[in-house]
Amino acid sequence: MSIRHYAIALSIVIALVLQIMPMPAMADLYRPDWVLLVLSYWALALPNRVNVGVAFFTGLILDILLGTSMGVHSFAMCLCIYVLAANYKRLRNYSVWQQSIIIGIMASLYNLVIFWLQHLITDIYFLFDYLWPVASSMVIWPWLFWLLRKIRRQLRLH
Amino acid sequence: MNLMFSSGPSLPNRLALALVLSVSLIIFDHKFDGFGTTRVYLNSLVSPLQYLANLPGQLLNASASRFVSHERLFNDNAKLIHDAMLMNGQLQRLTFLREENDRLRSLLNSPVQDNTRKVVAELMAVDNNPYSHQIVINKGAINGVFEGQPVLDDKGIVGQIMQVSSTNSRVLLIADVTHAIPVRVARNNVRLIVSGSGSLDEVLIQHVAHSSDLKVGDLLLSSGLGNVYPEGYPVATITSIIRDESRPFSQIKAKPVAQLDRLKYLLLLWSERSPEEELTDEVTVK
Repeated sequence: MSIRHYAIALSIVIALVLQIMPMPAMADLYRPDWVLLVLSYWALALPNRVNVGVAFFTGLILDILLGTSMGVHSFAMCLCIYVLAANYKRLRNYSVWQQSIIIGIMASLYNLVIFWLQHLITDIYFLFDYLWPVASSMVIWPWLFWLLRKIRRQLRLH
Repeated sequence: MNLMFSSGPSLPNRLALALVLSVSLIIFDHKFDGFGTTRVYLNSLVSPLQYLANLPGQLLNASASRFVSHERLFNDNAKLIHDAMLMNGQLQRLTFLREENDRLRSLLNSPVQDNTRKVVAELMAVDNNPYSHQIVINKGAINGVFEGQPVLDDKGIVGQIMQVSSTNSRVLLIADVTHAIPVRVARNNVRLIVSGSGSLDEVLIQHVAHSSDLKVGDLLLSSGLGNVYPEGYPVATITSIIRDESRPFSQIKAKPVAQLDRLKYLLLLWSERSPEEELTDEVTVK
């Protein structure tokens, strides 16, 4: 009935839209993993509401949107969100810069798992360009963290 | 205070469940192609998100076209009239040549070339998935688009339709690693297969003997073999040939003729033998 009930879903939808938004080829290379970042925030802040299940379904939607084999993104997403949700108490106490490094590690894991799965399915080979999203995700994280925390406190989500 | 995971399975169990589900989905989708028809519905289901993602670009385009100066419109118009004049001149010649060609072909007892129907489609989204080169266009099953349909731009072949949903469809570009297209060299009809390299401005020609007559700059046309692409559309031009005798085949690279990184308007082709011919009886050209 109010925005409080849809805030998390809405933020995930916005992340999905940002993830598939057409961009010039130059900027496309550096697109952060928006969906992973937003889900990571919610998994750290509200692990009782957003964890592996949500990650699985969001990953499936991402698979449909990106035209990959069903299950590729959901596999990687579940793995990363599991690590974050399992260690949320420790990670919450880190400073935002330390979190940013953790997010970088998670984003590398995410991108590498997707690469490996795709590599099993088709015969693609690895380019270091595939890891640019890791750097941009790390840069975006502090600002996204700040924004989502503000939203969460404003709406008193818990 | 909510207890974490107060209901349902514990977190590691959830992870195990989700991973097993994901893996079985991958196997089901990839090995058995189990989502053939379901994928159409799933794509239609998420297409609002794609329209939403496309909205800012469209708004920008709309506002840009609103502020075009009078002078520029005037110049564009003059140029278009000029172009149309030249095209029409060539077209007069084309109808004559086509009739002559058909006559000659019938004299030779070879099949007369099919007329093709064309529909203009617009680019909706480009996949940011770095491992595959696919785009989404704004024509779908309701426009009669079918899987495997050839897609062109104004310069050459772009790719083929990979998945269809109700109002949009997904195109696999010729530069994708999973894509290959049979071609022939325009100069001497040598038959080759052009396969994607994974980078947008390069395609590879594999398994070519060192002795084959190929030169840098040769234009490769689709050969019509394989029954996906019609014959005679430009695909790529050869950019480099490395004839290293220590390797079994020469390494040949080519550049797609279509500008795959700056697609905007695309042409969908219906040849006469396509299953959808009775659906689209009007040629829509905007």
